[in-house]
Amino acid sequence: MSVEVRIPTMLRSHVAGAATVAVEGATIREVVDHLVGSYPSLAGQIVTPEGALHKFVNVYLNDDDIRYLDKLDTKVGDGDTVSILPAVAGGA
Amino acid sequence: MLRIARDAYGEMVAHCWAGLPLEACGLLAGAGDDATVCYPTANVAESALVYTVDPKGFLRADRDAEARGLTILGVFHSHTHTAAYPSPTDVAQAPDPGWHYVLVSLADGVPAVRSYRIVGGNIDEEPVVLLR
Repeated sequence: MSVEVRIPTMLRSHVAGAATVAVEGATIREVVDHLVGSYPSLAGQIVTPEGALHKFVNVYLNDDDIRYLDKLDTKVGDGDTVSILPAVAGGA
Repeated sequence: MLRIARDAYGEMVAHCWAGLPLEACGLLAGAGDDATVCYPTANVAESALVYTVDPKGFLRADRDAEARGLTILGVFHSHTHTAAYPSPTDVAQAPDPGWHYVLVSLADGVPAVRSYRIVGGNIDEEPVVLLR
């Protein structure tokens, strides 16, 4: 299964500046594992050492937030797009 | 320096006014230091004190910007009762050292727009110029 992973600008320095990367995997967790395997400095940027999704990152499978699907165990298929987006927040 | 196209600037300020009494937020896209497109987004925090850019709005903005050959350059949000200067929360939660962090203060009745770079907790103000 090959999916396209969209990399946010803040993480592109870890993937040689690429905006998208093609990654193999059957679930989001496998996709992230393979991504980190290819780009080790990404380790810890998306998933915590305990194996959970970082709270300051949102991951979308096509149009859906994986937190409302099966989180990191969400299945992916050929041609899917996985978007990694930083949570953008602030305030007084 | 951040240069903003007039239309994008107007849309940004109008979105902040329309959001009162809550904080409003959105994203700016363009190329280099030129922001040419404004993407108003919902503030899913629905608060007068804090903001969270609607992640789905971010996703849509990111896709639209890419389709136009642009990238997301930064984020804007309003301060409804305080000056256009980043708060400690703004600094702590600034995700991208390459982004422009634009603040629109509505505290004095006349919008004050200022822009900052936030890198490693340091705040550097930069000039904001309207693109002709």
